[in-house]
Amino acid sequence: MEVALKVENLTIAYHKKPVVEEVSFEVPEGNLIGIIGPNGAGKSTLIKGILELIPKISGEITIKGSTYKSMRKSIGYVPQRESVDWDFPTNALDVVMMGRYGHLGWLKRPGKAERLKAMECLDKVGMVDYANRQISQLSGGQQQRIFLARALAQEADIYFMDEPFVGVDAATEKAIIQLLMELKEKGKTVLVVHHDLSTVKEYFDWTMLLNKKVMKIGPTEEVFIPEYLQETYGGRLAILSDTKSGLLLK
Amino acid sequence: MNDFWIMLVGALVASSCSVLGCFLIVRKMTLIGDAISHSVLPGIVLAFLITGTRDSVPMLIGAAALGLLTVFLIQLFQSSGVQSDAAIGIVFTSLFATGIVLVSLYTQQIDFDLEHVLYGEIAYTPWNTMTIGGIEAGPKAVWIVGACFILNLFLLFLFFKQFKLVSFDPALAAAMGIPVLLFHYLLMSLISLTTVASFDSVGSILVVGMLIIPAATAYLLSDRLSGMIVVSIVVGVLSSVTGYYSATIMDASISGCMVGSAAILFGLTFLFSPNHGLVSRFLKRRKSKVMQS
Repeated sequence: MEVALKVENLTIAYHKKPVVEEVSFEVPEGNLIGIIGPNGAGKSTLIKGILELIPKISGEITIKGSTYKSMRKSIGYVPQRESVDWDFPTNALDVVMMGRYGHLGWLKRPGKAERLKAMECLDKVGMVDYANRQISQLSGGQQQRIFLARALAQEADIYFMDEPFVGVDAATEKAIIQLLMELKEKGKTVLVVHHDLSTVKEYFDWTMLLNKKVMKIGPTEEVFIPEYLQETYGGRLAILSDTKSGLLLK
Repeated sequence: MNDFWIMLVGALVASSCSVLGCFLIVRKMTLIGDAISHSVLPGIVLAFLITGTRDSVPMLIGAAALGLLTVFLIQLFQSSGVQSDAAIGIVFTSLFATGIVLVSLYTQQIDFDLEHVLYGEIAYTPWNTMTIGGIEAGPKAVWIVGACFILNLFLLFLFFKQFKLVSFDPALAAAMGIPVLLFHYLLMSLISLTTVASFDSVGSILVVGMLIIPAATAYLLSDRLSGMIVVSIVVGVLSSVTGYYSATIMDASISGCMVGSAAILFGLTFLFSPNHGLVSRFLKRRKSKVMQS
């Protein structure tokens, strides 16, 4: 299987304090990968570092064997929902069309082709009826669907998603995971920052355990085991296993 | 005819400020507009001291340079841990103070009217005319502010998708390879240029009003960015026309009345806007209460 993403020796620091330390890993094509780890483990930072949204101290990123810059058009990104201002004067269709901007070059304006593509993507997330809705009038789950539709409009090969299940209703969560699985079936690679341990086994075929360093990465059944989780989460896991996610370690 | 020229200058100032103001509003950066409009003062004074004339071009360059320096310093302080609003306050007041000290130091040697820079005097603009190839071409201010307006519109139209995405979701823009910082500085340069081009007519302080108030009014009236820009221009033009007439009636400061009109229009919109207005929200709430009971 071809390697979709290769990260070598990636180190990222905020104010000289390392948040992600000497991370190296490879992700094979056509997988749905969950990135999990305790708060402050650097999950979002890792994604932002790979996408060069924040400066890195060291590290080499290759996408399908080429440099990151040359592969930009084949990368899709879903930032955390709270990272944007939902009172921005725009509607759902317009936000989804933004997914096409990277393919348009410097001067071309979005036109009919982009509108059609955006409508198609809105349809995939079940939001066609809301195309002309002002984005502030959408619920959290609907906003997340719009973000997902925008990522679909990017027509990427590798997707990076930062906590797409936060603050969404159960129906939306189901719809999103369904779509991510469809993307995987089509040979796309999807990396998802995730924090709900109770759904890891059900959702992801690969799992990355991260706590500043990559503790483990591999097929979920090999990686998502009590020993490694304990190593990643330290003492904090004890609290987790008492609650609803107690089942997950069996 | 003079009436017409004054209103035209006012309308052009208001429009060129409003279109930029829309981006300041949606990026929640209106304080930056305030900062730039103050800190261009030392740029104007320095350009005046170096060239010895009140020629527009050196002043525009001086002010644009200071505007960019302002933005650069604010970002430098912010990234080294100073609170964002404190960084803005520190930078612009310091630069403004420098400007005032410079003016007071050299006021003996040169004829430089600080009050003019700060508050402007739009009433004189019709007499400061320009000749192109021996032909009388109308007030200089019309040409300068007009050129500024066209430049703003042209660049915002040309790079509308970039400006929009950089404002709404800078992370996605950066991931797509759009140079976020370049567009940030481009917008800031346009604001500096526009501020200086307008200071003759409304003064550097009242420019802030035109940068923010019509755009804030338009924000309440439109739910698309492009629509918001059009509405802000309309509101800006309306403010300068009503401002001019009310100034003539009251025999008061024209630039003051123009910004005052903009403020009144904002107040009316704030109360009566169909979607966001206080009154309509109150009516809606009462209606739903009536329907519930």
